Amino acid sequence: MVIPMAHHLFHPIDPGAPRPLRFEFDGEEITARPNDTLLAAVLASRERCGVNEFDGGGRAGFCLMGSCQECTMWDEDGRRLRGCMTEARDGLRLRSRPHGGSD
Amino acid sequence: MQTDTRIVIVGAGPAGLAAARTLVEAGLRPIVLEESPLAGGQGTRRLSPMTAPHRPALFGASAEAIARREDAEDAVLQQCDFRTGTLAWACHDNRLELLGPDGFDSLTYTHLVIAVGATDRLMPMPGWTLPGVFTLGGAQVALKRHASFIGQKVVFAGSSPLLYLAAAQYLRLGHRDLTVLDTTPASGKARAFPAMLRHEPRTALQGLSLIAELRRGGVTLRSGVRLDRIEGDSRVQRLRYTTARGRDMTAEADAVALGHGLRAETQLAELAGATFAFDPDFRQWFPRTDDMGRAGERLWLAGDSARIGGADAADAAGRLAAQSLLESLGRAADARQVQRNTRRLRKQHGFQRAMTDAFRWPAKQAASLADDVLICRCERVTAGEIRAALDTPSGPIEVNRVKSITRCGMGRCQGRFCGPALGEIVASATGEPPGRLRTQAPIRPIPLVFDAGPIAAEGEDT
Repeated sequence: MVIPMAHHLFHPIDPGAPRPLRFEFDGEEITARPNDTLLAAVLASRERCGVNEFDGGGRAGFCLMGSCQECTMWDEDGRRLRGCMTEARDGLRLRSRPHGGSD
Repeated sequence: MQTDTRIVIVGAGPAGLAAARTLVEAGLRPIVLEESPLAGGQGTRRLSPMTAPHRPALFGASAEAIARREDAEDAVLQQCDFRTGTLAWACHDNRLELLGPDGFDSLTYTHLVIAVGATDRLMPMPGWTLPGVFTLGGAQVALKRHASFIGQKVVFAGSSPLLYLAAAQYLRLGHRDLTVLDTTPASGKARAFPAMLRHEPRTALQGLSLIAELRRGGVTLRSGVRLDRIEGDSRVQRLRYTTARGRDMTAEADAVALGHGLRAETQLAELAGATFAFDPDFRQWFPRTDDMGRAGERLWLAGDSARIGGADAADAAGRLAAQSLLESLGRAADARQVQRNTRRLRKQHGFQRAMTDAFRWPAKQAASLADDVLICRCERVTAGEIRAALDTPSGPIEVNRVKSITRCGMGRCQGRFCGPALGEIVASATGEPPGRLRTQAPIRPIPLVFDAGPIAAEGEDT
C-alpha cells in the first residue's frame, strides 16, 4: 500500500495557526508562527533543512534539542545557528550551507 | 567568607533547580547557567507559547501541579543570577568558559554544581539517517517546543518506557496514526514489574495506565519485536520489523522516533575533574560521587548527567548536592532533608535499575549490524569501517584509538549519538566492557571568532 505523503516532515499541532513571520531560506520564502523555531518553520514546508556534507543525504534535524547539530544553518554573516534552538524572526536570510563553499 | 563564595550551577533542569532552591532557602544567590532560553529541563520541558493552550490535554490531572511547580521554580530563579542562552563549553582551573548572548566570557567559581541532564541513547539501524527519523526525546520536544508532530504516521521504536509516554503525548494532542514497536519482550517487563512496583508503586502503575490509554486510543502496540530497517527514497517511508513470533512486518510511516534509553551528558564533569566508573547494569560510564553527589573539592554532580534516574531522582539529588555544598561552607546540613532525599534517591535508583533491566540497552545488536550500516551520522562512518580499524595491527584496540582512525565520534555531535554503539562494536571485538570516549573542549561546536571585528582590523588590508 502506498500512502500519499505530504511534501514536508513536520505537521503543526494547530494546523490553522497564523504564520505571519517571513524569512528566507536558500533564497525561498518560509513562513513561521510567532515563537516558532527556524527548524520547525522550515520542516513545515520541506522534507529537509540541508544535506550531509559527506554523502549528500538529506538532513532534517535529529535530536531537536540542540545536541546533534544536524539542523545547522548559516546566517548572512556566516554565523552558524542551530535551527532547533533559534527563534524565527522576520527578514532573516538563511542558508543550508556555509558561505564560500562550492555550491 | 561569604563574599568570596561564588556558586555556579550549570543546567536549569530538575536537578539544577532543586539545588538552586536549597541554596536560595539558605540565603545564598547562586549563578545558574542554562544553554536553552528557558528553565525546565527536557522531560519536564516548559511548553512554548504555541503549545501552552494544550496544557490541560497534554498534562491531564497533573496540569495544576505542574503549573505550581513551574511557578515555584521561577520564584527561586528570581533570587538567583539566572543566565539563559549561556553555554559552558570548557572548564579548567576552577573556571568555566562561557558563550552567551553577549559573546565569550570566563567565570571563576568556588563551588560548581553540574546538572546538565542526558540525551537519548541510540542503537543504529539501517536507514536511521533518513530525514524523518528523530530521537525519542526529540519527538517529545517537537510537541513542547516546536509545536509540531514529527509526521503524519509516526512509529515510536526502540526499548524505553518513554516510547509509551511519547505516544500518549501525541495521542493527547490529537494525533491518530501511532505505532509503538518495543524491542523488549513482554516477559522481561513482567519479570521486572514487581521490583518496579516495590520501589515506586505510583510510577509503575502510571506506566500501566499509560498503556491502557494507548490501547483505548487505538495505538498499535507491539512488544518483543526486532527492528530490521527503515526504508525510503529520500525520507522515511516505512519501517520493516520482525514480530516476536518471527513474522516479517512493515509499518508504513513518514516519521520514526528512535530511543534505547538515556545517555548521561558527562563531558563538562570530566573537564571539571570528575573520574568515571563503568556501571554494568546501565552499561555506561557514570562519574564517581559520594552519596551526596560530591565529586571533588569544589565539584558536585546531580541528576541524569551524574546517573540516569529521571526527574524525581534529579530533584532529590539536586537537594542533596546543595546540602553537601552548604556543609562545605561550614553550615550545618538539614539532617531531616538529607535523610528524606537520600531515601527518595535510593528508591528512585532502585526503580531505574529495575526499569533498565526491563527495557534493555540492546548491546549485543552492535555485533550483528551489517557492515554498511552508518554508525557515525556526522562523519558518515560505517560499522564496516570501524571493524576494519579494529583489525589494524597498529596498537591497542581501544575506543579512542578507533575514533582517531575512523573519525567515528569526531563530527559535530562529538560522539554523543554514535558513541554508545561505537563502544559496543569495539567491546564485541575485545570482550571487555565498552570504553569511554575522552572529552575535549569545546564540548559543543563554537565559533572560533564570535565577533570578527577586532581580528579583521588587525588583518591585512583588502
